[in-house]
Amino acid sequence: MRTSSTIRTGRTVNRAGNGTARKTTRAAAFLAAGALALSLTACGGDDDGGGDKGQGDGGKETAATVTLPQLDGESLEVAAVWTGAEQKNFEKVLDEFEKRTGAQVTFVPAQDPIINFLGSKVAGGAPPDVAMLPQPGAIKQAVEKGWAKPLGAEATKELAENYTQGWQDIGKVDGKQYGVYYKAANKSLIWYNAQVFENAGASEPKTWDELLTTAQTVYDSGVTPFSVGGAEGWTLTDWFENVYLSQAGPEKYDQLARHEIKWTDPSVKEALTTLAEIWGKKDYVAGGASGALQTDFPASVTQTFTGGDQPKAGMVYEGDFAQVNIGETEAKVGTDAKVFPFPAVGDAAPVVSGGDAAVILQDSEAAQALATWLASPDAAAIHAKLGGYLSPNKNLDASAYPNDVQRKIAEALVAAGDDFRFDMSDQAPQAFGGTPGKGEWKALQDFLKNPKDVAGAQQRLEADAAAAYGN
Amino acid sequence: MASATAAGSSGPAAPQAPKSRRSVTGTRKAVAALFLLPALVLLGALVVYPIGYSLIRSFYDQSGDSFAGFDNYRALFTDDGIRTALKNNVIWVVFAPTVATALGLIFAVLTERVRWGTAFKLVVFMPMAISMLAAGIIFRLVYDQDPDKGVANAVWVGVHDTFAESSAFPKAHPGRESPLEPAGGGAFITKEPVSAGQTVVLPLVGVAPDLMPDGAEKAAAARPEDGKITGTTWQDFTRGKGVGQLNGVDAAELGYAGMKIEAVKDGEVVASTKASGDGTFSLPAAADGALLRLPADNFAEPYNGLSWLGPSLVTPAIIGSYVWMWAGFAMVLIAAGLAGVPRELLEAARVDGANEWQVFRRVTVPLLAPVLAVVVVTLMINVLKVFDLVFIIAPGSSQDDANVLALELYRKGFASDQPGIASAIAVFLLLLVIPVMWFNVRRLRREVRR
Repeated sequence: MRTSSTIRTGRTVNRAGNGTARKTTRAAAFLAAGALALSLTACGGDDDGGGDKGQGDGGKETAATVTLPQLDGESLEVAAVWTGAEQKNFEKVLDEFEKRTGAQVTFVPAQDPIINFLGSKVAGGAPPDVAMLPQPGAIKQAVEKGWAKPLGAEATKELAENYTQGWQDIGKVDGKQYGVYYKAANKSLIWYNAQVFENAGASEPKTWDELLTTAQTVYDSGVTPFSVGGAEGWTLTDWFENVYLSQAGPEKYDQLARHEIKWTDPSVKEALTTLAEIWGKKDYVAGGASGALQTDFPASVTQTFTGGDQPKAGMVYEGDFAQVNIGETEAKVGTDAKVFPFPAVGDAAPVVSGGDAAVILQDSEAAQALATWLASPDAAAIHAKLGGYLSPNKNLDASAYPNDVQRKIAEALVAAGDDFRFDMSDQAPQAFGGTPGKGEWKALQDFLKNPKDVAGAQQRLEADAAAAYGN
Repeated sequence: MASATAAGSSGPAAPQAPKSRRSVTGTRKAVAALFLLPALVLLGALVVYPIGYSLIRSFYDQSGDSFAGFDNYRALFTDDGIRTALKNNVIWVVFAPTVATALGLIFAVLTERVRWGTAFKLVVFMPMAISMLAAGIIFRLVYDQDPDKGVANAVWVGVHDTFAESSAFPKAHPGRESPLEPAGGGAFITKEPVSAGQTVVLPLVGVAPDLMPDGAEKAAAARPEDGKITGTTWQDFTRGKGVGQLNGVDAAELGYAGMKIEAVKDGEVVASTKASGDGTFSLPAAADGALLRLPADNFAEPYNGLSWLGPSLVTPAIIGSYVWMWAGFAMVLIAAGLAGVPRELLEAARVDGANEWQVFRRVTVPLLAPVLAVVVVTLMINVLKVFDLVFIIAPGSSQDDANVLALELYRKGFASDQPGIASAIAVFLLLLVIPVMWFNVRRLRREVRR
């Protein structure tokens, strides 16, 4: 469940249109190059091996590119919802900060939704100094409640040096910089079982129509094309967001995210109808609709990469973090498990992204220094080497990533420049976009169960959205 | 249970309070107060204050700043989610305690007569030693849809498959530009009628090579024969190469061994046959002018069991796991009560000619009635606040259908940030528990008096 709100985010490539046409084209070219490279990637990246090596020379070799004050005797608390390896890797980054400044940093494990966790901490009078907030909506909420403190001059400067305008802007509230997007996710990827594609003679699709052809070929070869983890609902909103962003375009995407257009809009109808071309086709989804609704996200990934020539499904859609679950199977990322970018439904392929932003809750020199540190390429490099991490930091050397797949995903993300869009359901009020069995999650689950009822799904979505946005 | 006994013990304490005024034991009021203080402080801080604050909070809006009157309570009875929760709570309160008590009674009475009774009791009681959380995780697995993982479906599918066999080609379907079309009900039929002396191709796709029946051989093109209809039915898909020659037999393609083929004229089957190992078949002249149909039983999907955690079965399934845990508890209490039943009464009934069922029904159960009441009431209180099992077992997609009040309280309070409504639910739950508790307190008092 944690994955749902922390890692989900989306980035989107803009269509050419206004004055940024040139940049967009370049971004598209980059993406295409990235896609090509992705498909050619055959050498397996071994997360563990790379990680171990990285750890050794992480802090020592890199010359410091960021200046931090001496903070001997200061102590800081950082709250995030990360656990396990994710937490351990992040603590390595904090260790390096301790080493450079002399401050003491404690990691405070939080629960989802973190904003409610912080609420109880603030009410108790002891908020952590810095918290990692996953959604722009949560940052806004923290600012409105007066918990979040704006970034100081140094942190803002470090951020401006290393981040594109788009990544800076989503950390802003009312023009003031509050968040440092330390961690990113690329949620426009489809992972596939290379053996299944080879058996079927299928190829990586670039457009939605090609995706349908590929799916039919995989189906004809005797394997169910898609695995959908519908038990939780957030995977379904991500599916929708990619289709919608590519089909309706970024402007509409932004409007829908702010609920300025209704969910009964024709563009939503079109997107749902397009989705139904996969969700509604008999035998296209592993286990059928009812089976998919009982498959949680980890199972939806593992069932695609286990079972030899006869896995439960050939493809599974989700972000880069699906690698963690692929790691639980025998399949190797890069050889057995390959990936292609979400195909273009409309003019351009979507790039939906997500991420976690560091936000200061108790202003102090040390907290500001930590925010500066997290905005620096040095911090990103340490974390990147440990694997399972993507940075939106454009000055991070891509060679820091432990394997090719991860490197290509990261490059695609940075190459998208400002033409990315943040996960829509993460921008929505939590009651609509982030609650199991409620709002958008539930409406799309019902739609997966009955993909013929597009109008009914739209009405449910609109009714829930109206209640949650209060308009 | 804890709340019931706490309330019960404070009951008898109340009438004693006035006595201490004029010191039967010579204690002064101040000293008595001093001794009571720690308990009062603890009770006040941990019980009275939270209840009082919940009550107050339930009258304020989401942010807690402005008074909302009864709005939160109105939401309680208009919100669909809460209504489902309420309905499910009723189902829980009616079924879970009665089933658990009934099972406990049966176990208790039976184990009394078995030599290994104690061992059996130990086993039945064992689930009580597991936390609700762990039990939830266990049953999430038990009810897993996949028969390879979920025990419940493994048994169900096993039983089902002994009576109905699954077919060889569950996912086979016509490919591109196929001479076949769906005939409804899962069968496929040729678009054109066939004539004698002609060869027919019936290509399908969608069966993986490893899942072909054992007898499947390389498909062969049929030779025309006079007065007969011959043809081939095969998997028109080569691994790694796709369809190859469309609707034509390629070298590495396999025949559908054992595929049933029917010749249909005006809705009646005039001839039928089965394909041999290489997919070839032949039909007599009677089939001349008929349409060839591949009947649906060739393609029957393997039975996948029940979706235990789907919308309709999820609540009974979770109640099942609750009964698994608590039947042991009921059994132990009832067995203790049973030990106190005078043997003479049972003997007397038997001497009077009652059979075992009559003894059980007319003597044992009435004598056990007080104990049964305790068990049922205790379980009712326990069931009203059930949360963990539902939270863990129900997958997100059916959590709405499995919802109960305590879970809705949590979801409203901690997931959708509606502390006002959550407090209202808490107060409502308290109101529901009070009659049951009152019953328990009264009964306990009577017992003390006795």
